[in-house]
Amino acid sequence: MSYYDLLETINAEIAKCMKCGNCQAVCPIYKEDMAEWSVARGKIKLAKDLLEGRLDYTPRIEEIFSLCLTCQACAENCPCGVRPDKIILAARAAIAREKGLPTIKKYIFNVLKHPGQFKAGMRLGSTLQGFGLKKVNDTDFVKPRLPIGLDMRRVIRPLAPKSLLSQVSEVTPVENPKARVVFFTGCMLNYIYTDAGHAVIKALTANDIEVITPKDQHCCGIPVIMSGDIETARRIARYNIDVLSRYDCDAVITHCGTGIDAWVHHYPDLLENDPDYADKARAFSEKAYDVSQYLVDRGGFRKPAAAMNRTVTYHDPCHMVRGVGVSTQPREVIQGIPGVTLKEMKKPDRCCGSAGSFSLTHYALSSKIRDKKIADILAVSPDMVLTSCGACRMQIEEGLYHAGCATPVHHVAELLASAYEKEETADKGNQRAHHKTAAQMVAG
Amino acid sequence: MVVKDLIKELRQAIGKNAVKTEKEDLESYTFDATPDMPTGLPDVVVIPESTDHVQAIVTLANKYNVPVYTRGSGTNLSGGTIPLKKGIVMVMLKMNKILEIDVENLTATSEPGVIIAELNAAVAEHGLMYPPDPGSVDTATMGGSVAECSGGLRGLKYGVTKHYVMGLEVVLANGKIMTCGGKTVKNVSGYDMVKLFVGSEGTLGIITKIISKLIPAPEARKTATATFTSIDDAAQTVSGIIKSKVIPATLEIMDNVTIKTVENFLHLGLPIDAEAILVIEVDGIPEVVEKEMDAVARVCKANNGNLKIAANAAERDGLLAARRAALPALAQLSPTTVLEDATVPRSKVPDMIRAIRAVAEKYNLTIGTFGHAGDGNLHPTIITDEANTDEMARVHKAVDEIFDAAIKLGGTLSGEHGIGIAKQKYLLNEFGESGIEALKAVKRALDPDNILNPGKVVTI
Repeated sequence: MSYYDLLETINAEIAKCMKCGNCQAVCPIYKEDMAEWSVARGKIKLAKDLLEGRLDYTPRIEEIFSLCLTCQACAENCPCGVRPDKIILAARAAIAREKGLPTIKKYIFNVLKHPGQFKAGMRLGSTLQGFGLKKVNDTDFVKPRLPIGLDMRRVIRPLAPKSLLSQVSEVTPVENPKARVVFFTGCMLNYIYTDAGHAVIKALTANDIEVITPKDQHCCGIPVIMSGDIETARRIARYNIDVLSRYDCDAVITHCGTGIDAWVHHYPDLLENDPDYADKARAFSEKAYDVSQYLVDRGGFRKPAAAMNRTVTYHDPCHMVRGVGVSTQPREVIQGIPGVTLKEMKKPDRCCGSAGSFSLTHYALSSKIRDKKIADILAVSPDMVLTSCGACRMQIEEGLYHAGCATPVHHVAELLASAYEKEETADKGNQRAHHKTAAQMVAG
Repeated sequence: MVVKDLIKELRQAIGKNAVKTEKEDLESYTFDATPDMPTGLPDVVVIPESTDHVQAIVTLANKYNVPVYTRGSGTNLSGGTIPLKKGIVMVMLKMNKILEIDVENLTATSEPGVIIAELNAAVAEHGLMYPPDPGSVDTATMGGSVAECSGGLRGLKYGVTKHYVMGLEVVLANGKIMTCGGKTVKNVSGYDMVKLFVGSEGTLGIITKIISKLIPAPEARKTATATFTSIDDAAQTVSGIIKSKVIPATLEIMDNVTIKTVENFLHLGLPIDAEAILVIEVDGIPEVVEKEMDAVARVCKANNGNLKIAANAAERDGLLAARRAALPALAQLSPTTVLEDATVPRSKVPDMIRAIRAVAEKYNLTIGTFGHAGDGNLHPTIITDEANTDEMARVHKAVDEIFDAAIKLGGTLSGEHGIGIAKQKYLLNEFGESGIEALKAVKRALDPDNILNPGKVVTI
């Protein structure tokens, strides 16, 4: 039995909490509402109350356990090594079992169970989004025309006209590849930030790494886990494992905190008692890398020759820095690009408040947390913000927009890829210049 | 029915959103950071945002004759904020403004919900410091630490919270406001009510404004650790440093159980056969700091201590890491950590450490001892499991004997955590009958109807 299936199995984790309250110092939600039920030690106490029958599975309990970004800041600051995020996910799963999911989530997750339906739905969404969303003047953003499940204050990126997976070929070959990797795109790059998807491929191929981008891959399923729908999450995990198992590769490359955490931790946890998939999930866990992490730790990262004169700051996605411990590698990539100055903001690893669907369900709270991040960004006046996660990017872009700031936000791979492209253009230019000289000499 | 009316009136007085009544909300306020304590479910949780709100709440508590349990961050270690007898839990966290930093008078005026570290960050911009620094400095509130008279690592040189509170605004049990003290260094008007309210654990009044004393932040500091194979050598070093006219800002000790546990946990390369490690930090004017560290080095050498001085900030962090890890490392050994704060005169520290060790052996318990050797405030930390009833019975006996030993050595039950519920039964040992009567007389005078945090410190 895993903690996803039976709340009792998380008891040992609950017992480790000594209620010291150190989690209060770092919890972004507690910093906003200062309520004991918001912070880890309070939720752990309430989980114990649920287990011991002092509390029931009520709407209030559901609301309290929904108040968590799973940013893991509490876990990092816990003197007893408690993993409150696991306790909270276990409680959410128990709540979903006892109470069922809200209708809208049930509907969406049912579609997610079927990759084909989901893809068709997203295609339709891309075509029809103009009915519900209107363009924000002079920007690439859209905002709701009608309350279509989005807060009316919300400003977001529209779905791309064509998904990344429909744009790129399954294999992007290189001459004399030193490695062969599978690119797991996730939804944010596939449906919204397709340029960043191209950039990941470019960054890898420029390092002589062949990239396979499986057409059949699906959503990572993390939003489903976060809502406690464990059966759907398992189905998605098994599906993705099946798709990726078809390819012989050295590594699985992801580009966002959510995607990497799915492969490294959630899939093995979800499938630990599945006789057919437990070993496969563990094997993929060993092979999964963030793109910067892979380039620096395994891919023999080649610094581009072209300079990109930029002052940037880097935001650490929670599941990247605390989830899988990746924080130095993106910085090495950034600082490896000639001309780029990295100016660190205060607390670069503090959560941006997005937490995926949390920003949909708790927009006001999510925005307050976001605006602290925006203030820290503006304090170092960068001319570009970099991060390693599409959801963080969307959140920061919106925050900067509301702050009246047009500073662009990009994935680390995008700046790196544009440096490689600039280098190639320069090379071609040099070749042309060289050619011309030769021609002139001939003419002379 | 009465509770229903109380809740209705509370909502009218301070607003619907500031009054929480759902069972899940109430269950979130049945505990604090103290292990092995009874719990109690309050009738209602209120979150005032002004002194007016506090007054209104206390007035209603009087009207309905229900208790008020004032609470900051709930990080205390005495069971002091647990609502034993139903009633109102009052959370002060939203009264969290720093009202003034007065650089001419060297004072800060703040509301009770301000976090200590946040006050320190704000005054640091003026080159100033608020010295009290309990372990919970990043989470504990000013109000809570004043009500508990928190200590911390800098007690030896800088003193504790009571030495830094100059003035207070207090809502009394009858709902009226009084102010005492102020910004003047000298003030002998009437009884020293400021000192009375500091450390009163929410039983005599509700602190709504605090004027604290600030001091210039030290320009330089130097940190060292010294390792000893004998506890007596470590103790001789502590008294030797003081005798050589050096008062370190930090003078901490870890015993062998703590050293072994920290080493297991962090692999810092600590000598696991060492009987004691001292962590010593001197601060002040750079020239003086150099001179003082030289004196510390001489004393350590004379007492067979193996001294390591940090050359830079990174090395300093390395040396302090071991001490900082003491509690976390011990806490990871098993589910329940009983952390005491028995305190003895500085010269009795080795006797106290030996007494604790004897108790550990007698009751077959793991007790790690670390703490503030410079001020005699030790933290014997019992590693146990609440679910193990047989062991818990031995823990309770061990705690009884540890307090007994502290009192016999001329010490006190509590250096910095307070009495709350946890140490009430030992108070008679320290005060005697007549002393307890005097404490009760004070409580009756200021809170005749026993509204404020009843059942804590003394029971009337």
